[in-house]
Amino acid sequence: MTPQRSAYTRRTVLKSTAAATAVTHLTSAPAIADDGGTSEITLSVNGQRHRVAVEPRVTLLDALRERLGLTGTKKGCDRGECGACTVLVDGERIKSCLTLAVMRQGAEITTVEGLARGEELHPVQEAFIRRDAFQCGACTPGQIMSAVACINEGHTGSEAEIREWMSGNLCRCAAYQNIVAAVADAAKETPR
Amino acid sequence: MTTTVATQGGIGTNAQRPDGALKARGEFAYSSDLWHEDMVWGVTLRSPHPYARITSIDITEALRVPGVQAVLTHEDVPGTNIYGLEHPDQPVLAEDVVRYQGEPVALVAADHPETARRAMKRIEVAYEVLPPVVNTEDAAHGRAEPLHPNGNVVRHVKVRHGPQDVRADVVVTGEYEVGMQDQAFLGPESGLAVPADDGSVDLYIATQWLHADQRQIAVALGLPPEKVRLTLSGVGGAFGGREDLSMQVHACMLALRTGKPVKMVYNREESFYGHVHRHPARMYYEHGATRNGKIVYVKARIYLDGGAYASSTGAVVANAATLGVGPYDVPSVTVDCWGVYTNNPPCGAMRGFGAVQAAFAYESQMDRLADAVGLDPVEVRIRNAMSEGAVMPTGQVVDSPAPVVELLTLVRDKPLPAKGNDLTDMPGGVSNTTHGEGVVRGVGYGVSIKNVGFSDSFDDYSTVRVRLSVIGGQAVASVHTAAVEVGQGLVTVLQQITRTELGVDVVTIEPMDTSIGDAGSTSASRQTYVTGGALRAACAAVRAALFERIGHTDLPLDHDKIVEVLGTDVIDEVVEWRHRPTYRLDPETGQGNAHVQYAFAAHRAVVDVDVELGLVKVVELVCAQDVGKAINPEAVLGQIQGGTAQGLGLAVMEEIQLADGKIRNPSFTDYLIPTVLDMPPMVIDVLERPDPHAPYGLRGVGEPPTISSTPAIVAAIRAATGMALTRVPVRPEHITETS
Repeated sequence: MTPQRSAYTRRTVLKSTAAATAVTHLTSAPAIADDGGTSEITLSVNGQRHRVAVEPRVTLLDALRERLGLTGTKKGCDRGECGACTVLVDGERIKSCLTLAVMRQGAEITTVEGLARGEELHPVQEAFIRRDAFQCGACTPGQIMSAVACINEGHTGSEAEIREWMSGNLCRCAAYQNIVAAVADAAKETPR
Repeated sequence: MTTTVATQGGIGTNAQRPDGALKARGEFAYSSDLWHEDMVWGVTLRSPHPYARITSIDITEALRVPGVQAVLTHEDVPGTNIYGLEHPDQPVLAEDVVRYQGEPVALVAADHPETARRAMKRIEVAYEVLPPVVNTEDAAHGRAEPLHPNGNVVRHVKVRHGPQDVRADVVVTGEYEVGMQDQAFLGPESGLAVPADDGSVDLYIATQWLHADQRQIAVALGLPPEKVRLTLSGVGGAFGGREDLSMQVHACMLALRTGKPVKMVYNREESFYGHVHRHPARMYYEHGATRNGKIVYVKARIYLDGGAYASSTGAVVANAATLGVGPYDVPSVTVDCWGVYTNNPPCGAMRGFGAVQAAFAYESQMDRLADAVGLDPVEVRIRNAMSEGAVMPTGQVVDSPAPVVELLTLVRDKPLPAKGNDLTDMPGGVSNTTHGEGVVRGVGYGVSIKNVGFSDSFDDYSTVRVRLSVIGGQAVASVHTAAVEVGQGLVTVLQQITRTELGVDVVTIEPMDTSIGDAGSTSASRQTYVTGGALRAACAAVRAALFERIGHTDLPLDHDKIVEVLGTDVIDEVVEWRHRPTYRLDPETGQGNAHVQYAFAAHRAVVDVDVELGLVKVVELVCAQDVGKAINPEAVLGQIQGGTAQGLGLAVMEEIQLADGKIRNPSFTDYLIPTVLDMPPMVIDVLERPDPHAPYGLRGVGEPPTISSTPAIVAAIRAATGMALTRVPVRPEHITETS
């Protein structure tokens, strides 16, 4: 039951909030209860390959958040109901709480952290900000990943179509009207 | 006369939120994202019973699980094992009795959350299960076993206004029910407690009110408040559900016991047990009116189910009672409102706070009155609408604009949407069996009144610190407050106010924590008013200090002037600011100037109802709201859309369903909230009729639209179906009469 120490990643913890500067910088210490037996797998996330030891039951969402420190992907329900954990796997959107990490070896996974190029935001991110398409922001990474896929799928022909194809992502602040506008905006800017 | 030169992004502009890029990048750190070296995980063992005596708790086996760091029960609560937002009545961990399903009984910390959960299952709690008290009216009238030492009535507010027992030519009565709604914020409760060597603790937490948390935690931990330091982490929505404590004390207890940082994160199911909900209500109304539809009297009895612990029930009761006849002139009012203890889940703050429940009843009554006297529903409302100078049922004179007639007229006069004939426009979408033959359209109206800020003699204030300095040749203002950003955009508004008041472009918002004085709660639509007011006052103090240096005040203050005058100096001002006082309601008559400000919104709803399938599609929602002054017009629209959506949820889908005190649907599969397909496009009119008593004339925005959208939608369903529909949410089986 010794928690495994790992040097997979150094990360900022207690990351900056809206206004805050970073409070503390510490090394991650991913802990796993490894009595279930772990497998060494390789996950390719945002263009980087990571070797991680996970139990077979670990979801892709938990692997991203707890093992790789990619906490941009949110856990709103852990049951595929809310869409906050949406990521792209080989370009297709999936709910990362409904798939196991071991099933996604060899796949190219994109999370919200992988959209921007340095300081330059992805057009969908730009559109969400410009259109005020969120309040609390807890659903936003999932909405944005879903929107990227929605545009790539060509499901942005009308406002109604965008609504239909974005309906798997809940927003309790109900910024829906602005989300639809942001997706429509970004679709115009994104060459397919 | 001191003026500032207008800068970009001041008040009245659509300044962008400073947390926008972080949130869009996934880099905004919510409380669930926090991590600390050596961190362990805490979990909570909860009662499976709504009401039971605890005869023993055995933690022996749990402690044997490898990796477990601590297992704590009520015996380990270092201070007083009782807390509460308004009224301390809730144990941190249950002792001899549990009063609701989900009440915390024990805590486990372990090196992995799964280990902690496994150990938790090995705690043996012996319960003697008791029959739960679940009937609100029995609890109110002494017909149920008392669940607390002073009986089951948390508060009974009586409002007696004008002559009593008057008669009228037209009388309409109704009994109405509101189900238990959940805030269902998307980021479940979470926090990280970090112990310090001196026995103090730092808590990083998503909350609505840092100082109220701090006060309650300190008592429970037996520590002076300064040894419990709170810092706000990212908040994934709140809507009232984070005004009470959840795991705050628990995480601190585990951290102090283990000497390690402790993270606790609720999952979605636990979140349904982990916070208070909107009070379910049962309401009996009688309206007397003239044949012309002018209200002569209103009599009402309102029962609110507070559940097992008081939370903010007392204030919710006061709101339902004092706002219980709506935004109308009513010469004779007799209202009794009870908030009671039962063994149902505890209820407290949710957006609209008591006004939501009453509005469903009084607006339903207005439609019945319209029917009874043969008037249009808007016309009957306009004939009775209050305006500035009106006298509330509390005797309080409404001393700022109350444009109820204008709001109603605006929503009524919008063109009606065309009826769709595409199958995808049908209620339930294209996958249903209907081809539209059973689909009927209805239009309904609702109008709301809501108090802004804390009422009933509460000392409602905020504290703000503003520092002005020159950094690299640029004037920079920094703003520090404990006022909590939950997504509503307070950080944006604070920047805007500072830019306008000081004429500087660069405004940084410091982390929100308890190292500065109390800012009050992010609730009651109050922060832009109260913390905005405090900030304006703090900026005025900074400006005064600047002008003192200049020696005269008759010149415009701009950036270059600030840089020239300030040099390497720093101006640092802290201001504690209050709105005008409110007064306690008279306990016998409910009279008194209890509220500081009233806010109003009106909705028109258009629905299509498939009467065969019972499905409702809200086709369009029109809203008009007076906000006094829109500090950020785009953020105002966001609040109106969001509030309206939560009212839609209550109207047609959202309810925590209970059976003998147990929650039957603690998941997003079974507790439905509106999706992008449920929420129709909105047409919104924002009025700006300044309140002379408020900073910039502004009026709180967040709650009024939640209140009026529910009755408008239900009225539209009634108009479509001709059904009475006296309960929300209206579900398909109510329309098909199959339940």
